[in-house]
Amino acid sequence: MSAITLRELTKVYPNGVRALDALDLEIADGEFFALLGPSGCGKTTLLRTIAGLELASGGSVRIGDRAVTNLPPGQRDVAMVFQDYALFPHMTVRDNIAYPLRIKKVGRAARQDKAASTADELGLSALLDRRPGQLSGGQQQRVALARAMACHPQVFLLDEPLSNLDARLRLEARTFLKRLQRELGVTTVFVTHDQAEALALADRIAVMEGGRIRQVGTPTEVFRRPANTFVAGFIGSTPMNLVPARAHGDELAVAGVRLPVPEEARGRLADAEDVVYGVRPEYLDYSPEPAPGALTGRVVVVENLGSFSLVSLDLPGDDDTTSVQVVVPEGREPQPGDTGWVVPRPGRSLIYRDGELVTGAAAPPVPAPRTGVGADA
Amino acid sequence: MVQVTSRPDETVEGARPETGASPAPDAAGLGRARAAGFLVPSMVLILLFLVLPAAWTIYLGVTNYRLTGLAAAHPEVVGLDNYTTALGDERFRTSLLLTLQFVLGSAVIGQAGLGFAIAFALRDRRGPLRRVVEAFVLLSWILPSSVVAFLWIALLDRDAGALNVLLHTPGTAWLLDHPMLSIIIFNTWRGTAFSMMLYAAALENVPRSHLETARLAGASTAQQLRDVVFPRIRGHMLTNLLLISLWTFNDFTPFLITAGGPEQRSEILAVYVYKVALSGGELGFGAAISFLMLLINLVIALIYLRMLGRRKERA
Amino acid sequence: MSAVADRARTDDAARAAARHMLARIGRYVFLCLVLAFFALPLLWLATAPFDDTPTIGISLPRFTLDNFRTLLDNPYALTSLVNSVWLAGGTALLVVVFAALAAYALSRVRVPGRDALLYGLLLLSSIVTGTATMVPLFELAFRLNLIDSRLGVILVLTGGLLPAAIFILKDFMDATPTSYEESARVFGASPLQIMRHIVVPVVRPGLATVGVWAVANVWGNFLVPFLLLRGPDKAPAAVIMYTLYTEGGQADLRLLSTFSLLYSLPVALMFVFVSSRYGFRFHGGIKR
Repeated sequence: MSAITLRELTKVYPNGVRALDALDLEIADGEFFALLGPSGCGKTTLLRTIAGLELASGGSVRIGDRAVTNLPPGQRDVAMVFQDYALFPHMTVRDNIAYPLRIKKVGRAARQDKAASTADELGLSALLDRRPGQLSGGQQQRVALARAMACHPQVFLLDEPLSNLDARLRLEARTFLKRLQRELGVTTVFVTHDQAEALALADRIAVMEGGRIRQVGTPTEVFRRPANTFVAGFIGSTPMNLVPARAHGDELAVAGVRLPVPEEARGRLADAEDVVYGVRPEYLDYSPEPAPGALTGRVVVVENLGSFSLVSLDLPGDDDTTSVQVVVPEGREPQPGDTGWVVPRPGRSLIYRDGELVTGAAAPPVPAPRTGVGADA
Repeated sequence: MVQVTSRPDETVEGARPETGASPAPDAAGLGRARAAGFLVPSMVLILLFLVLPAAWTIYLGVTNYRLTGLAAAHPEVVGLDNYTTALGDERFRTSLLLTLQFVLGSAVIGQAGLGFAIAFALRDRRGPLRRVVEAFVLLSWILPSSVVAFLWIALLDRDAGALNVLLHTPGTAWLLDHPMLSIIIFNTWRGTAFSMMLYAAALENVPRSHLETARLAGASTAQQLRDVVFPRIRGHMLTNLLLISLWTFNDFTPFLITAGGPEQRSEILAVYVYKVALSGGELGFGAAISFLMLLINLVIALIYLRMLGRRKERA
Repeated sequence: MSAVADRARTDDAARAAARHMLARIGRYVFLCLVLAFFALPLLWLATAPFDDTPTIGISLPRFTLDNFRTLLDNPYALTSLVNSVWLAGGTALLVVVFAALAAYALSRVRVPGRDALLYGLLLLSSIVTGTATMVPLFELAFRLNLIDSRLGVILVLTGGLLPAAIFILKDFMDATPTSYEESARVFGASPLQIMRHIVVPVVRPGLATVGVWAVANVWGNFLVPFLLLRGPDKAPAAVIMYTLYTEGGQADLRLLSTFSLLYSLPVALMFVFVSSRYGFRFHGGIKR
């Protein structure tokens, strides 16, 4: 009913910058969808184009069963929460929440009632007569959400919803936001540059780069099986280890060690072909003793990250800067200078050729959307 | 680890279907037509009462137009006569010289110097002293010019003026003996507030950490000014100097005090134009002098703008 | 640490403390001199109106309010203040409305050459302050039939003040996040609603600043009404004030002093109001 469908969506700015490049995307009804990418990747432009704040240079936008490509933002039935929340400083919380209804010519009493009940849902009742300047960051965010909710839009658009909060508050707000979205069941698209935020919140994530989508998938998919080395490097609190390798039959030569070619890539590599072997630090097991099928190297840095440590090892090879990082649980950290062995867990290694994942699956560029709360996606 | 990931800021290359750039909508969805409509009233008034008179000056300057008499009905184009007359006129050259003295003395040295000194002396003060000093400096700026003119006439009065009482110099006729000095000090008094406020704001833009670094390195106040403060507020200083120079150059208020006298000894250009054109009725000649004034203004502005531009290049 | 080094250090410290003290004293002396310089000319305005025999000098007044009666006797004194109110109010209204519209358009819509245009006009307005163009201004007013007309004075003054007003207001508008307007736009507000509900309230301090600035400018402006208005019945206080001490015979100091005070009071009060409400200073300063 309120799915979002983008076809060949292109945005070129007057200065010639191509912010969106013939982009196709489907967001299911009720889905919590993340647009993730580094700054300048076009994610905010995409959000603003869905909102109608930017006009598409080409392609189409559909929300539900309506084509909205050329509609002004006010007629698209969307609500947007801005990065700075954009709460009007001269209005009270009550008037801010009621503002969309004022535009829709709802009577004063009715819209004040609606504002009060929406505020109540978000625990803002005590703040109704305050001004935005008197609220904390977290409260401001809730008011902005309440204002967006008050007009019952088909789609919520959130621009970096958590970036203006300090670290501790951010976790709290993250949980709150996810729960709220579950309860409301409204299609929600949010923009973030923080991969952890996207993984934690979203039903599905679109990872963007240079105005194009590099991968769409559930958090598990993009984390476990990045479709290309860009996504591999961007997703995860520590980037994936990417080590040059050469195929020899069913084996790979990686940093002087022979490892089996992962199953899905088996038979797809030419002999003596140069590829990249990828494995996440979380999917490597550290061992202080030699182990079969292990890469070996010298421990150079140990970073304590609380319950675990991130250990960097220099691997032997032509290029002495080749190194891998491995997550080691507390109590088992090596010392810098030690020699260590790391064993990839079975089924977690990936092969990239020219930056793209080598896989047996048909590798659709846009996986079918996971059906969200609404049944008829 | 080998850098195999493509850089995030790398743009994707390759052939794509060409699509034209779409117009960038503005934040309020105003659109160009409405925006132009918003500009019209202001632009009409500015064109009519600012640009047109400036342009008209050029035309009038080459005629023998007069307020009364034969040339009032049928002005003739006399070419550059007015300009050669003006440039050859002793009274014009004296007046120009006096104006430059006036600008240099009261704006560049007086207002900017005193304004900076006050702003610097008050820079980290709060409380009553700052408020009282600021209030008086600002008061002298905002009071109507014809009132302050009379206040100065009273202050400098030969017989009972407060200054003579204070200095025990009864009978000194300041306005007659030192007319230029009088109006220079008057204009310093009158206009310092603007520089003071501008520099106060500028000084707040100087990061504390920079001053503290200099102080930790053992720099004296003068060294701090030279090495930290001035480089930081150069842009403000130049903008300030540009504005107050132009304002002072065209200031008519001294007319209210000395009316150019005695014997044209304080007849700055603004007063001179008024006397020639509107008292004397020689509109064409007055316009020629007006145009010369505009040119000088332009030269002053260009000099400052060049200095500003040089600052930008170095930044 | 040796005793010599220790003593050298205390000496240094003492010298530094003395220098610091001297600098403090110097600063106070300087500020007192500044205060005296700026307050001295204003003293007469505070004493003379209340002195039963005002003189040109400053003396402790023998207090009376009788002097204010002379204001009623003079045919032009009070009407000139009314005239000033008309001129200042009319000009300020036009300046605020027109400048706000123009500044908003310039701030939000990309016009090629916008900044150059604005700086050019600003420069022109500080050059063409009336004195350099008094001849054509007079001519223009004459041809447009605006001699001896209040509207003429208002229009001329408005034209002169607009560039700086647009400049100041554009600064305020630029400082306002566009997300306010975009937010309202997503909710479906029209451009005029956005202006009314969001932009005007948010930049109200800027509008007030420009309004006050325009009033103060017109209130004190002498040249334009002096040039364009003929009779004393339409003349604003600035012109009447001047005629009081230049025209004919011995100036009536009772009238002059009380009129000066009454004429100065509105701008002084306005200044007090603005400075207590918003703080009378530049925010961030003017820079390029």
